[in-house]
This record gives sequence, structure tokens and C-alpha cells, in this order.
Amino acid sequence: MTTTTAGIIFILVLVAALAAAYKPFGDYMYRVVSGTRHSRVERVVYRLVGVNPAAEQSWGVYARSVLAFSAVSVLFLYAFMRLQNHLWLSLGFPPVMTHGAWNTAVSFVTNTNWQWYSGESTMGHLVQMAGLAVQNFASAAVGIAVAVALVRGFARSRTGDVGNFWVDLTRITLRVLLPISVLGALVLMAAGAVQNLSGGTDVTTLTGATQHITGGPVASQEIIKELGTNGGGFYNVNSAHPFENPTTWTNWLEIFLLLVIPFSLPRVFGRMVGQNRQGYAIAAVMAILALASITLTNVFELAGRGTVPQAVGAALEGKEVRFDVSNSATFAAATTLTSTGSVNSFHDSYTALGGGVLMGNMMLGEVAPGGTGSGLYGLLILAVITVFVAGLMVGRTPEFIGKKIGSREMKLASLYFLITPALVLAGTAAAFATGNNSTALNVGPHGLSEVLYAFTSAANNNGSAFAGITVNTPWWDTALGLCMLLGRLLPIIFVLALAGSLARQRPTPASEGTLPTHRPLFVGMVVGVAVILVALTFLPALALGPLAEGL
Amino acid sequence: MRLPSWLTQHLAALRALLVFTVLLGLAYPLALVAVGRLPGLHDKADGSLVSVNGTTVGSSLLGQSFTDKDGNPVPRYFQSRPSAAGDGYDPTSTAASNLGPESVVDTIAANPDDSTQSLLTQVCSRSKAVGELDGVDGRRPYCTSDGVGAVLAVFHRNGLTGPITRVVSVNQVAPATPFISSYQGVPVELAKPDHDYVAEGGIITPIRGDAPAKPAVPADAVTASGSGLDPHISPAYAEIQVARVARERGADPAKIRRVVQEHIAGRSLGFMGAPAVNVLELNLALDKEFPVR
Repeated sequence: MTTTTAGIIFILVLVAALAAAYKPFGDYMYRVVSGTRHSRVERVVYRLVGVNPAAEQSWGVYARSVLAFSAVSVLFLYAFMRLQNHLWLSLGFPPVMTHGAWNTAVSFVTNTNWQWYSGESTMGHLVQMAGLAVQNFASAAVGIAVAVALVRGFARSRTGDVGNFWVDLTRITLRVLLPISVLGALVLMAAGAVQNLSGGTDVTTLTGATQHITGGPVASQEIIKELGTNGGGFYNVNSAHPFENPTTWTNWLEIFLLLVIPFSLPRVFGRMVGQNRQGYAIAAVMAILALASITLTNVFELAGRGTVPQAVGAALEGKEVRFDVSNSATFAAATTLTSTGSVNSFHDSYTALGGGVLMGNMMLGEVAPGGTGSGLYGLLILAVITVFVAGLMVGRTPEFIGKKIGSREMKLASLYFLITPALVLAGTAAAFATGNNSTALNVGPHGLSEVLYAFTSAANNNGSAFAGITVNTPWWDTALGLCMLLGRLLPIIFVLALAGSLARQRPTPASEGTLPTHRPLFVGMVVGVAVILVALTFLPALALGPLAEGL
Repeated sequence: MRLPSWLTQHLAALRALLVFTVLLGLAYPLALVAVGRLPGLHDKADGSLVSVNGTTVGSSLLGQSFTDKDGNPVPRYFQSRPSAAGDGYDPTSTAASNLGPESVVDTIAANPDDSTQSLLTQVCSRSKAVGELDGVDGRRPYCTSDGVGAVLAVFHRNGLTGPITRVVSVNQVAPATPFISSYQGVPVELAKPDHDYVAEGGIITPIRGDAPAKPAVPADAVTASGSGLDPHISPAYAEIQVARVARERGADPAKIRRVVQEHIAGRSLGFMGAPAVNVLELNLALDKEFPVR
């Protein structure tokens, strides 16, 4: 079998598996977020947290709960890292420096998992498993909870309530994320992912050198890192490390896991609004964009244009032999299309246009399929913008799922869309204006790409990097920390405000003038709106970076 | 006493975080650590360590360097790929090179410690070294015969346009000979240390040369992996090393080739990943079957 054929089958099997999971897994998640019966463990959790699971929250209270949980989590993680030398399993590492601890605390709470540090030489085992990995669960559950609250806005009418954050958080964590993680971690362990509390073993190699074989609770963190679209590696080299991603089939499994929740959430949307076809339409938009991007990344990487790939004979720098070019490119596309940011190969060494597609994936706002929850709410915002654009064309008040998109709704959707481009472009400009771009490893257009990629990744809560750039300076840690925080929490506030305003409306019955939002026409329009908005916003920046380098 | 609502939210948040930390941060990973002690999983959970005569020599999942103290290849062993992890295959500082596809100009300083090689030059010098070690053609496109990137800085009279006034081979310094004597009729100069020919206005022009499009030294032999710990090489890279290893071990190359064939792991389920040879396992098998006397 040729390399290309194998790579295509790899993608097709992935598509088939995701399609097979869509209905049963989506239905399962629907029951999790809409059920009202609580298990004994959940009731214990509610009692310990001190909340009444039957109480509903208005959008404002829901948002304040999200913000409170995020604030407490950031402070807790920050203190954890600053005090790690006094705790068990620190492996003798010193406290994490102030600006680094701030950056990492924000990074994990916002589901970004941007890493300025090397896990194996910075973080003790306790910080990794009881600090960082807890946020892998929590931040993923927060994303899903916010998406569900928005969908409740569409599904409900004449109410101020959008759900109960603490109940959503608990149920999603205990019923979706934890069981899959336990099973998946066992599978990874069987394949060779390490899971111990050892500080490592010194061995003498065949030629007499010393090699320190590292240990750690890796499998348990690796699995939720993918499932929760987090992406923060236990080790510096993330899923390229054989202890995180030992075999070619664990590689497939990890890609599947990082896609499965975001791709199944449209089913939850369809079920909750009582029209499964609406879910299929949203999933179709995601699938079209994702397949186009995965194909393009593969084409550019396999073609291997550029001086060094031509000299080598393949774009193999920064890639593992066992994954080869195609499976690396597929992972890279999947990780940037979601908000994962874990990597099994190093994007900085990708061909210029291949790396450009990865940046474009994030610039889409990570909606195809996006992060756990954040992908669904991002795409629903795009759908709202699309019905508005369509409404302008025919001169009617736009409607979506029986709700009128009035000026308040449109303002919130616009604000949502504008935040990340503003952060990315202002941040990149600020880096150049202050000379902080000089920490880039590469020169010329590729140096600009490293800076642009960093801000794109932070503001969209992705976490992958053109990793040549040095970012453990006070300026970079602070700037990227702010981008991650604002790029996560402001959109969440706008989404919840939109949910509240939709939930208050009475439903508008569909009429002859209503644009059907489940037909291929609408799917095509959303795809078009997404691509055009990105092109208008980012083309000038891309022209100076990857396009200048690759054309 | 009733607490203000913003405070109750934060108290609930703190309590939720603590509950989740105990459940997801301690109970969950520690239970898996415990499961990892079970026979059958225990070796893997501890890092798939391999031992020879009771001494642990590495992990079958992690690559290692088969070089001597000075970093020269030990010829009786199959060699791993180049590595950017520390001094090579260091699990405590895993890393990729992160150099981009157009990293083609070396920084040449008067003090060699301040000099850095472009990715292109690294590829060229590795190709040359592997070619010499294994007796195959080490030439590659865009590489000079002395193993650096074949790259010119071309100066035009009016910046980007006009007749060419000067041409510098940016990666070659004295006493080298320029890889081509002239470019479009203009003689090619050698680079001088501490010059930035891009800043001086030269247009960077890599020269393809006449090396075969499919070089004899395979791609994985001249590139660093993402992890810096890649345990594998391609079957093609193993193949060009067979003759040398056989010679060093005084064995029939056909027999060495058979051992290599046995160590080629195919694609999982026939379509996942690429065929690969685990270098440590291969070398261990050779030490057992064809020990060096």
C-alpha cells in the first residue's frame, strides 16, 4: 500500500467512526445534560458544594458561577505551582516563577493549555495530576455547560432560566468525561503509556551513556488532554513523546477522541431544540470545513514544497517515523480545528502553506468542530450571523430556530466574533511594536508566523505553537495570559447573555418567509460566511507570514 | 447571617474545585497507578524497560544514541535519527528543532560558539556524514559537496532589480571553495564571518544543483524527529546501514538483513502510520546473535 493510500484510509476510517458515534454518543450526552435524576455520588457532590440541584439560574447568575469557578481555579493553580517545592512528588523542582505560574494557571483554566515550559523539567507529579489535569476535566466541562446553556436559550421560551451551572459541570464531568477517561487511560497503558509516581530511572545505554527514563502519571492525563480538547502535554514534546502516544493506533485513537465530543454535540443541539435535522446541518458545516482543512494540510505536507523539504525529499523534520507525514498532518489539522493544541509533530517545521492552513484553522474561531462546547457555541454564533446576513438580503427580520435575531442578539453575536481577531491582531502588532518579536527562533516571514501563531493560538484557546519562539519572558507570559483569559471569558459572557435573551422570547412560528436552516443552502451559506469573515480579517496578516514564505 | 450572593458563588466555586481535585486529581490517577501495578500492565506502566543480563539498558519505546563519548557513531550498531533533545535522546529535555522550511542561512561568527547552523546546513552535513559512514552517495539537492546549504546572496544594483553586482555563497567561509564559481556571469565570493548578507540587501537564492531527486540517504536519516526520542528508523535507513554493521560484526550481510526484516513493524491494521524499525530492539538482537568478539 502506498503512503498516500494509507493516509487516505486513515482519514476515511476516522470519518466513519465519528459518523457512527454521532447518534448514540450525542443522544447519551443529551440525556446527561437534560436529565433531572441525580445519582447518589452526584447528590453527595451537590451537598459538599452547597448547591440545590433543582434551582435554576438566570443567565447572569450562570455567568457569575462560571466566572467564580474560573477565578478560584486560577488562584488555586497559581498557588499550587508557586508552592510546589513544599509539596509531595515535586521531584525537587523549584517553585514556578511568578509570570510563568500566572500564564500556566490561566492557560489550563481557559482550556488553552499553552505551555511555555517543559513538563519534565518544571512541574512535579502532584502539580500535574492534582492541579493541571483537574482543569483538563473542569475546563472541558465548562465549555460544554456554556454551549448547553445557549442551546437552552433556543429551546426554551418565556423564561429567565438557562440551567444550573453546578449541576451541568458535575453531570458532564462524572457521566461523560470521567468514565471515558478511565477506559481510555487503561487502553493507553496497555499500549505503553506510563502511569506511575516514579521520579524516573537512570539506565546505562548500550554504548555506555546514561539515560534518565522519566516516569509520571501520564496515561491518566493524556486521555483527558485529548478527550477534553485541552492539549497540555505531560512532557514538552506532547503527543510526539512515545510515553504519551506509543503506537500508530494510539495516534488514531487520540485524534478520534479529540474530535468525538465536539462532533457529537450538534446532536445534543438537535435533540434539545426538538429538530434533529438542525443538528445535522450544524454537523455538516463542521464536517465540510474540517475535511477541506485536513485534505489541504495533507496535500501541502505530502507535496513538501520549500527549500529544506526539497533537500530532504519529504517534510519530515519534526515528525516521527512511526506517524510519517500524512498521519502527522491529520493530527495537526485535527488539533487546530478543535481547541486542543496537542501535537504529535512540530508545526514550526511544517511547509509554509501547511503551517498556514493550521493557523487558518484556528482563525476560523475553532468551530470545525472546535473545542468541547466552545465549538458548538462558536458555530451557533456564526449561524446567527448567517441568518442575519440572509435577512438583510431579503429585507426580513432574521429568525433562527423560532427565535427572532433582533438588534440585541446581533450585537452580542458581533461582539463575540470581534473579540478574538482584535486580540490576535493587536497582540501581534504589540509584540512587533515593543520588539518582543525578537525572541522568535526563525527569521523573515517565518519569524512573523511564529508571533502570529502564538497570539492566534492563545486568543482562540488552542495551545499549539510554532514552538521555536521563546515565550517564557515576563512580557510574553503576561500578554499571552491576557489573550487567553479575555479570549475565553468574554465570549462566554456574550454567549450566556445571548442565551438569556433568547430564552425570554416567545417562539416565532415559521412562516413562508422563514429561511430554512437545515437545508444544504443554509449549510453552504454558513461555510461561506465563516470563510469570508476569516479571509477579510486575517488575509493581510497571513500574506506577510505563511503566504510570503510559501508562494 | 446571610452572605452576599457574590460571596456564596465563590464559596461554592471553591468547594466544587476541592471536591473535583480530590476526585479527579487524586482518586482517578492514583486508582490508575494502582491498576498499573497489576501483572501484565506493570512493565508498560513503568516505561517498557528492557534489560540485558539483569541490567536495564533503556526503554523499548524511547530511542537512544549509539555513539561514543565524542558523539561519533559506534559502527557496529544501527544508528538512530538525529535528535534535538538535549545532547541527543535526552528524556529530561525533549525537543524538536523547530526550524522552518526556509531556514537556509547559517549565522557565521568569528567566535564559533556564537555560530548557528540553518536547518538546511544541518540536513546537508548529516547527509554527507551518513554517506561517508555507510559508503553511499551523500549528495542532496540544495547541498554543497562540502556539506552545507548551497545558498547564494545575490545583490542587484537597484535592490530587487537591475544587473547583478555581487554574489556571495552565504554558508561557505575560507578555506572552502565556492560551490559554483560564477552566477549569471558574476564570480561567487565566500562569506565572511559576522556578516548579515540579508540585512545588507542580498536576495537569498538556494541553488538546486545536480544531485539526484531521490537521494541515497533516506529522509529520516537527515531530519530530527518531533520528540527527539524517536525509537524508530525507516526500513530504507536500516537497509543502507546493513553492510557496515555486517562488516563490523564479521557477519554475512544477508543474515543481518534477515534480522532487520524481522524487526520491521508494519502499519497497524494495515493502514495506520508507516513501517518502522525499532533501533534499540534491533541492536539488542544483533548483540545476542552476532556478538562482537
